[in-house]
Amino acid sequence: MGKKPQIVEKDEVVIRFSGDSGDGMQLTGTLFSDTAALYGNDLATFPDYPAEIRAPQGTVGGVSGFTIHLGHYDVSTPGDYADVLVAMNPAAIKANVAWIKEGCTIIYDKDNFTEKNIQKAGYISDPIAEEKLEDYNIIAAPITSMVKEALKDFGLDQKSVFRTKNMFALGMVYWMFDRKLTYTEDYCDTKFKNKPEIAQANKIALRAGYYYAETIEALTPVRINPANIAKGRYRNINGNTATAWGFLAAAENAGLRLYIGSYPITPATGILEELAARKDLGVISFQAEDEIAGICSAIGASFAGYLAVTTTSGPGLALKSEAIGLAVMAELPLVIVDVQRGGPSTGLPTKTEQSDLFQALYGRNGECPVVVMAAISSSDCFRMAFEAARIAVEHMTPVLLLTDGYLANGSEPWKIPDMESLPSINPPYPQPDHGEYIPYRRNEKRLNRYWAVPGTPGLEHRIGGLEKTIRGTVSYVPENHEYMVKMRDEKVKKVSEKVPDIEVFGDAEGDLLLTGWGGTYGHLLTAVRELRAEGYRISLAGFNYINPLPANTAEVFGKFRKIAVCELNLGQFADYLRMKLQEFRYHQLNKVQGLPFTVKEIKEFCIKLLEEK
Amino acid sequence: MEENKDIRFTPKDFKSDQEVRWCPGCGDHAVLSEIQKALSELGIPKEKYVFISGIGCSSRLPYYMNTYGFHGIHGRAAAIATGVKTVRPDLSVWVMTGDGDSLAIGGNHFIHAVRRNIDINLVLFNNEIYGLTKGQYSPTSGRGHVTKTSPFGTLEEPFSVGELVIGARGKFFARTIDNNVSLSTEIFTRAAKHKGTSVVEVLQNCVIFNDGVHDVFAGRDVKEDRTITLRHGEPMIFGKDRMSGLILEGLKLKVVRIGENGITEKDILIHDAHEPNPGIHYFLANMRYPEYPVALGVIREVEGDSYETAVHAQIEKIQSGSNIKCMTDLLNSGTVWDVD
Repeated sequence: MGKKPQIVEKDEVVIRFSGDSGDGMQLTGTLFSDTAALYGNDLATFPDYPAEIRAPQGTVGGVSGFTIHLGHYDVSTPGDYADVLVAMNPAAIKANVAWIKEGCTIIYDKDNFTEKNIQKAGYISDPIAEEKLEDYNIIAAPITSMVKEALKDFGLDQKSVFRTKNMFALGMVYWMFDRKLTYTEDYCDTKFKNKPEIAQANKIALRAGYYYAETIEALTPVRINPANIAKGRYRNINGNTATAWGFLAAAENAGLRLYIGSYPITPATGILEELAARKDLGVISFQAEDEIAGICSAIGASFAGYLAVTTTSGPGLALKSEAIGLAVMAELPLVIVDVQRGGPSTGLPTKTEQSDLFQALYGRNGECPVVVMAAISSSDCFRMAFEAARIAVEHMTPVLLLTDGYLANGSEPWKIPDMESLPSINPPYPQPDHGEYIPYRRNEKRLNRYWAVPGTPGLEHRIGGLEKTIRGTVSYVPENHEYMVKMRDEKVKKVSEKVPDIEVFGDAEGDLLLTGWGGTYGHLLTAVRELRAEGYRISLAGFNYINPLPANTAEVFGKFRKIAVCELNLGQFADYLRMKLQEFRYHQLNKVQGLPFTVKEIKEFCIKLLEEK
Repeated sequence: MEENKDIRFTPKDFKSDQEVRWCPGCGDHAVLSEIQKALSELGIPKEKYVFISGIGCSSRLPYYMNTYGFHGIHGRAAAIATGVKTVRPDLSVWVMTGDGDSLAIGGNHFIHAVRRNIDINLVLFNNEIYGLTKGQYSPTSGRGHVTKTSPFGTLEEPFSVGELVIGARGKFFARTIDNNVSLSTEIFTRAAKHKGTSVVEVLQNCVIFNDGVHDVFAGRDVKEDRTITLRHGEPMIFGKDRMSGLILEGLKLKVVRIGENGITEKDILIHDAHEPNPGIHYFLANMRYPEYPVALGVIREVEGDSYETAVHAQIEKIQSGSNIKCMTDLLNSGTVWDVD
């Protein structure tokens, strides 16, 4: 490879690959992020899928994007605005123009900016002029004709040739960021093992793009040095896979086999898909006929002695409500995952939101408490799925784990945990010294009942949804009902023994404590970091545990002049805190656009709040 | 389930300490004792039985069995049972359900359990009425049936249980009458031994809200002439005088009298419950009085792969060929890199 011009070093960069849903943008982004991770950058990625399965080609509705934020320090978000936009068609400009930095680099496929495509995207004649982007660093690359030329002697059909356009674009970006092509070339060889001509074509397109970027002398190569990250072995992981693996790890440490009963629903399906592929670890996965059968079969599997989970998204959680009540009544271990999306009803299936908190806490008939917890990053889904399973099993209770579309699809490098460093999980089986098995006899400390598994001689018993005495006899006695309601409630409260104290990022006291729960953590952290660097007395408390809340919550809150709750809904966690900890005043930052916060809007909100009396 | 001849129980061994709370005269009492009788002779250890139910009068049955039991929510017993049996093929799983529970609110789970052919025994108590909610029409109530929610008669076509089972590609369907102790016990035994979903429709009498609903053909004085008890390999003969029978005429079954119009016993159809083609089973399951006798006995009993067996076989196959044996293997698989 030729001589390089002067390389500019930068701390971080945000790159967005964008094109038609058939342009292979997800793969392109993934290959780039893998290469960056192997190089040692910290990074976060976020894929943005079109909502329609196959929107008309070239339209804004059909644009598929993949954003990568890489840096040589700790990266916690996929970045708000892009430094580099790769646009495979005019619609990709339209879809992303609000999400690019002023003066950024835009690489686009000139050949695809035909009159027809320009008009399909809603422009008249020149997207760059119409969006007033002329002063930006615009690279109009004839990608389509370049790959045609590069592969002209290959004898491939036109469709196959055009499918290498993403590799050409990727090659350009690799040159721009001074990256090696090895990983991607190896990927092509493995992926197209049985079609060596396709593997070769992709590799040629990749190199053609790389050399093209070098030749045009319009790009300044940028180097993002490796991040100073903790020693150890790493891999990239997205939230759904991390959730699935957290359950697998919990099953292994509990000595249980894992069962998942679920029904496909966006954006939760990835968990079911991953576990369906894990037959090597003995997982029984069941694609049920509906959401209700998913959870009911999981309750059956739990009754029969398995670690059982069911996974869904908002509308599916609504369908599962009655069965969650059954699991509360039967006091069986069960984890329900809600990968939240924009609601209500069908809402925005492919977009992220945090508006299911109240549904998770209260969306059932009767006094029906469950443990509610949330993951704060894609890789944190592993830890929280593990913890959800640990609590469910050891406390004999359903646990609702909230993640969201942003965490589920986003990925980040993750330090692989040592299995031996994870806690053991001890299912509360009846012990010989307990004497006669009484179904609702409780552990005195945790108040969990004991798990008698069918097939065990002498422990035959009946449980179910009707109110019962501790012996399992159906009972309408008023005092018995109240007693059992209180026992179930108290049992969930006792889970607080497993809830770690909330940790504060920044000083333990100050002018403003920013709080949030779940998937907003990365954006809040970045905002707080930057504001602290600018001299503000601001700290952050991000919640993993919602019911029960960490025991030190009030103590932490009491040390700050102001408290602000930031969430992607109209203020559900803020209202919950108002109910639980009434002594504090809560300011709110809310957003319900199906999008994550931007660091910019969090910072603006904080500065305004800090300036107010 | 494998039979072990050394394991012997009496029906009493399956009685729980709970007081049975069905109405006096309810057909459910008889079904309970028939099930207890069948179980006592199956040679399966007691702790291997799991009785699962939904909501309705019939769904109270698990409380009265001294086995593992789970009283679920309305319509979902088949789904709960699917979870139990899928993870634990060693258990003998029974679903106690009714016409409302399985054909209305739980219709979806019912057809899908049958389609998957999961090895559960589903006993559907069909009294053509909602009893627990005190007398509303059900999906099996005959058109025109007058109930509290159909004061001027229903306008709906009823489901036929056997037709649904066959439509869902079911492999086992049998029908009995609540008070026919010997036939019911025989059928429950056959259902237990069948590998795959066994659906047993019990024509059950609700003495309070739909008393005598089946009497027109199942009444003491008429049942021999108005029902036919089918047994595999035996001719389809019925009637007090054992002189009525069924033949195939064109594409339909026809009732004939032996000795009339040149018909001899040789002309009568032989019941073949094991025939995979469901054509004749479909006709038999749908026979209605007065045109036909109502068919009782095991109408369809066809071998097939059961779901849970296939699930575990697939896992074993994948496991034997995989080098991912534990979480640590999985965590370190694929693209990983070391930071030193």
